[in-house]
Amino acid sequence: MSSEPYLVVSAILFAIGVLGFLVRRNAIIAFMSVELMLNSVNLSLVTFARQHGNLDGQVGTFFVMVVAAAEVVVGLAIIVAVYRARRSASVDDANLLKF
Amino acid sequence: MTSFIPLVSAGEVAFWVCGPIAILLAVGMVLMRKPVHSAICIAGVMLALAVMYAAQDAPFLFVIQIIVYTGAILMLFLFVVMLVGVDTSDSVVETLKGHRVASFLAVIGLAVLLVMAVGQVFEGEPAGLAAANEEFGGNLEGLAALLFSRYVFAFEATAALLITAAVGAMVLAHGERLKAKKSQVVQAQERMEAYAAEGKHPGVLPNSGVYARFNAIHAPALLPDGSVAEASVSETLTARGAIVAVDQLRTPADRAFKAIERVHSDAEGESE
Repeated sequence: MSSEPYLVVSAILFAIGVLGFLVRRNAIIAFMSVELMLNSVNLSLVTFARQHGNLDGQVGTFFVMVVAAAEVVVGLAIIVAVYRARRSASVDDANLLKF
Repeated sequence: MTSFIPLVSAGEVAFWVCGPIAILLAVGMVLMRKPVHSAICIAGVMLALAVMYAAQDAPFLFVIQIIVYTGAILMLFLFVVMLVGVDTSDSVVETLKGHRVASFLAVIGLAVLLVMAVGQVFEGEPAGLAAANEEFGGNLEGLAALLFSRYVFAFEATAALLITAAVGAMVLAHGERLKAKKSQVVQAQERMEAYAAEGKHPGVLPNSGVYARFNAIHAPALLPDGSVAEASVSETLTARGAIVAVDQLRTPADRAFKAIERVHSDAEGESE
């Protein structure tokens, strides 16, 4: 089958990830939305690899996964540290650097 | 002979099953109030994506997606959700006026833009990965050959990245001890000093009360004069007001004593 349907699904998933990141105030769910965006881009990379008939796209996906794993570890540690300091996981409550 | 069932490949079936599931679960992830439900939804999205990788000749990424994303990253999310509080659901109050409508419209625009742009890039059928996989004898071998030749420096850089991430997580999640830990000697000295200065009892605290019909940790003990021993129940329980009223415990005993005395006096009256 052709590549367009995969790319459309990937685009829709990316848009939903952006929506979740913009709308949700819970830091953990905002973070999950970032993961969703990374995953949708992975899908399009795999689709590009199949379309062009070489494996570079799949290697790119592999690297995105590694970076995502490292990012999740540090990001969740930051969320835990903020929760410990401010007793809240809401992104609205972490406003010390504002203004 | 005509076939009434259109000829579809397994890849197409996988796509038309998993694509809608992925989108529905992603919408669910955004809409769910509780973080745990969102985490479950995004686990489903990642499994659906894994199946779509398998349908696109990427067996290695299919396995890695399930192991790394669904197995490791999602479990990390669930751990943090449990740590931070399972029942913290978002407040529905908008902090910025019109923020939700504005972001929804912006995202609709973005989705239309992306679908329009991306839906028409390719003309013709995909080249397929059969030739690329054949070159080194398989998908995994082909990926390894690329990883250790053309992308070897990026691969080395990821090693540094992973080490940095592990150290960063340790530094961030580590809680610093604010005061030095008290040794037993220091604690004993403090107790004796408190005894000398304020006359505070240095020994163990009294037990909670044991009554004929009640024996629990929130029942206070009584002193010899009948008053309540404050130190016999936990301060936390006292602050919560979860302590049993001693008078309530006394009533059945008093009633029993009165009944016994009445029977006793009746018996004495009869015998006279």
